[in-house]
Amino acid sequence: MEDTIAAIATAYGEGGIGIIRVSGPDTLSVLNKIFVSRSKKIVNRRMTYGHIVDPDTNRKIDEVLCVYMKQPHTYTKEDVAEINCHGSMVSLRKTLELALKNGARLAEPGEFTKRAFLNGRLDLSQAEAVIDLIKAKTDKSFDVAMDQLSGGISAEITSIRADIMDLLVNLTVNIDYPDEDIEELTYTQMEENLLQIGDMIDKLAATADSGKIIKEGLRVSIIGKPNVGKSSLMNRLLRETRAIVTEIPGTTRDTIEELVSIGNIPLHLTDTAGIRQTENKIEQIGIEKSKQSFNDADLILFVVDSSRELSAEDWEIMDYIGSRKTIVLINKIDLAGVWTEETKALIKEKLPAAEILETSMTERTGIHQLEEAIQDMVYSGSVKQNDSLLVTNVRHKDLLDQASGFIKDALAMTRMREAMDFIEVDVKSAYEALGEIIGETVSDDIINEVFSRFCLGK
Amino acid sequence: MKKFVMGEYDVIVVGAGHAGCEAALASARMGKKTLILSINLEAVAMMACNPSIGGTGKGHLVREIDALGGEMGINIDKTFIQSKMLNTAKGPAVHSLRAQADKNRYHEEMKKTLELQENLDLKQGEVIDLILEDQKACGVIMRTGSVYRGKTVILATGTFLKGKIFIGESAFDSGPNGLAPSLELGENLRKYGLPMRRFKTGTPARALGKSLDYSKMTRQPGDETIVPFSFLNDSLEQDQISCWLTYTNEETHQVIRDNFHRSALFGGQIEGVGPRYCPSIEDKVNRFADKKRHQLFIEPEGLTTDEMYIQGMSSSLPEDVQEAFYKTIPGLENLEIVRPAYAIEYDCIDPLDLKLNLENRQIENLFCAGQFNGSSGYEEAAAQGLMAGINAVLKIEKKDPFILDRSEAYIGVLIDDLVTKGTNEPYRIMTSRAEYRLVLRQDNADLRLTEKSYALGLADQERFDLFMGKKEIVEKEKKRLEKAMIAPEDINPYLEEKGSSPIQTKISILELLKRPQVSYDDLSAVDPERPQLPAHAKAQLEVQIKYEGYITKQEQQIKRFKKLEDKKLESSFNYDEVDGLRIEARQKLNQFKPVSLGQASRISGVSPADINVLLIHLEKLRRKRG
Repeated sequence: MEDTIAAIATAYGEGGIGIIRVSGPDTLSVLNKIFVSRSKKIVNRRMTYGHIVDPDTNRKIDEVLCVYMKQPHTYTKEDVAEINCHGSMVSLRKTLELALKNGARLAEPGEFTKRAFLNGRLDLSQAEAVIDLIKAKTDKSFDVAMDQLSGGISAEITSIRADIMDLLVNLTVNIDYPDEDIEELTYTQMEENLLQIGDMIDKLAATADSGKIIKEGLRVSIIGKPNVGKSSLMNRLLRETRAIVTEIPGTTRDTIEELVSIGNIPLHLTDTAGIRQTENKIEQIGIEKSKQSFNDADLILFVVDSSRELSAEDWEIMDYIGSRKTIVLINKIDLAGVWTEETKALIKEKLPAAEILETSMTERTGIHQLEEAIQDMVYSGSVKQNDSLLVTNVRHKDLLDQASGFIKDALAMTRMREAMDFIEVDVKSAYEALGEIIGETVSDDIINEVFSRFCLGK
Repeated sequence: MKKFVMGEYDVIVVGAGHAGCEAALASARMGKKTLILSINLEAVAMMACNPSIGGTGKGHLVREIDALGGEMGINIDKTFIQSKMLNTAKGPAVHSLRAQADKNRYHEEMKKTLELQENLDLKQGEVIDLILEDQKACGVIMRTGSVYRGKTVILATGTFLKGKIFIGESAFDSGPNGLAPSLELGENLRKYGLPMRRFKTGTPARALGKSLDYSKMTRQPGDETIVPFSFLNDSLEQDQISCWLTYTNEETHQVIRDNFHRSALFGGQIEGVGPRYCPSIEDKVNRFADKKRHQLFIEPEGLTTDEMYIQGMSSSLPEDVQEAFYKTIPGLENLEIVRPAYAIEYDCIDPLDLKLNLENRQIENLFCAGQFNGSSGYEEAAAQGLMAGINAVLKIEKKDPFILDRSEAYIGVLIDDLVTKGTNEPYRIMTSRAEYRLVLRQDNADLRLTEKSYALGLADQERFDLFMGKKEIVEKEKKRLEKAMIAPEDINPYLEEKGSSPIQTKISILELLKRPQVSYDDLSAVDPERPQLPAHAKAQLEVQIKYEGYITKQEQQIKRFKKLEDKKLESSFNYDEVDGLRIEARQKLNQFKPVSLGQASRISGVSPADINVLLIHLEKLRRKRG
């Protein structure tokens, strides 16, 4: 018997709604837990108006239209439900998280189509296409999962796992080496450790709610030669002074990253240190990071200084931009400009697809136009955020919740003084769930640790 | 030298250690004409290292061997001198049986069993080469020129294959325990292109009991109630002999440290990889420098000898240093060593070169088992021997191989680990290697395996009838307990005494037994209709009822695991033809030829995406065919 899967079925940012799709034998039971409507009963193939409600807190998450389709006449030939949410990232994510908490598991990349094929819904000629889809999606989400996990989070998970490992190693030695001259693990000790571990996981899970685990949102990279006003632009968008703004070129030594919401669209802004060649080692690191953020960006904001002539460096940057989705900001228009219409034409020629705006950060002109331009691009679909980001975030949250659940079970058993080998099963599961977030699952490392830490054997 | 054919067999087993004995007995009992060869008949079922069978994980293996109709459990039940159930303070899944053996008797009883077994010939002689025709094994050549032809050959050479012993600065070709090594065969296997490697193991000194002062040690007695290893034995009576516990001290460690330079281990003479879980004492002192003392057990080697095994103190230091450091230990001040500790290096195969049925990938009809496959331990060896024996027979009969998966037996975990993941050191089973430990208990090995073995024609009628009887008793009693109701006034005083909450209304005894504080035996007073049950049936019943929740949870995990395990892959499958597989996965899959998608998923270098691609491809093939 297959299990029940759920995922976001639409790309984010296209149109005003997003669809959560659920498929599998428990579909109806998942719906019954999280979907509340006036008509009470869910009818096959009827679009029903109602709300997604968290059964634990009774809080309304979103106003939705929901349709349930009984097998076999569905895409996957299993029971399927489609929940039409408002397109906001938060409501999609919350709805998906609720489905996962209430009996579904997160679908693997391409899994709906895989099921459709395996259940005979798609014909043989489509097999190759299914394989391509699974591969493409897996590669993409894997890339994203790896490079979007910020250093801090991955370090935190690694540190929690190290604590769990300590406990696991002790449990394993106690179970597999009852005769050895080693300290016996007490229940009090275990309770203490488990409480601590559970606490750390829960704290991390709480930050996941605010989208901090994955840099969620449209990735926007601000680029331009030094001292053209990149940091000021960032500050304007943030409406506060955060990045250091001075007249000295190269002040922004590192990339600065901020989350900001424009309209309903979360932006993940990166202020780059420029890509100018330099001998300075520290600056070189910044430049590497800038290039990385530039390469990952969904949208580029290229800032030029209209009070100075276009320089070789500006041209270099434009070469680097190439055909990427870009908005050019001609900045410092408040100052006596040296630019002519021809200068603008040169830029237009070099970056024909780019939108060009005139701004002044000191006088705050053009900021509103910039915000509108970004919204237009998103809603028209001409700029798309990588939607696997959001899925990655949900996946991580789900794994953190799972890990937390395992630790709670282990704790309960410890308090009941259940045998250690039962407790070990849950502790190990928590270790593995956290490992999945950072891409480490194999548990041979427990045995390695046992032998490196304890002197065992005949 | 002129060669001459001395006999023709279905199955020829090379080596009569713990693997070889099980292989030969299984094959003969399944009706195949079988030959077992040993370089020296004194080496039949020789316990070259510790005088005990079982322990955590290992005890589980012995119970499984027995449930499948193997000999190890029966033989240790005949020859044990002390029995202990380890881990009884923990859950039933890790209760582990261990028995001290009378080494000589263990050897003698097993040898006699081989001698009396129908269809089985036991002969002394050294195999120096295989006979290969079309890359198929079809016999062996002996040192004397004799040739035995066989439809299959099982290699179970233990530490004899190119064995080399190290004691301090001396190193010499030798099998275990001073027996002759097998030098030529190892060379020939290399010549045939088998991926051979060197592993190392070691054993401590043996001392005379009369030279020891037990008053300075702690007595380690056996259990009062003896649980037999074999499911054929309901109970056993035996006078038990004690073991003794003592410790090393700073002085011991100093002697060892002062002589590090004289150890073969640190001198670089030993190239073989040794197991981390069985370190020599110099290794322990070196790696765990801050540990103030190491424990050692003094274990009797048998009833007809005064030799004592010094467990925990294997070494490759010279004899003078051995004597010096052993004598620093309380109780060992006057010890007389009769056999020095030694390290031994030997040839074995990289088990990745084997299929799940333990047949070699390159040479057909050549099966491999035991230390030859890179494992360590009598029990691990016996388990593989049994499976190799069964599978050699099935190969001859052109039947499907007999493979136990990771959810069915520790034997399955052991073999899957070896042939799918490989090993870089002598492999030892541990309960933590099993994903489904709560189901793979030593108490239910017969429930898991006996029917399968009976279907193969290995487990005999007696074993099967006993098993069916026990199964029926447990089922029947469970049904009765479900219906037997108990009233609050009859049971609440007992519950109160046990610290369990009182009941309000009548409940079934089965329901009551789920509570951790309540035991089956305690309830006999309030359960007048109870039948007389044998001990093992009671134990089984209690485990099944008490841990039902955990067991059910694990069974669900197993169901999920089985989904991929049940998707079979044919060995003729060419992975180059599967579009969408990554190149690394393609190479690995072509090399391994996994039997199922499940096994494929455990091969390093095969990703989840590759498994999905294979899944789609399999469905494509199925539809094209059907």
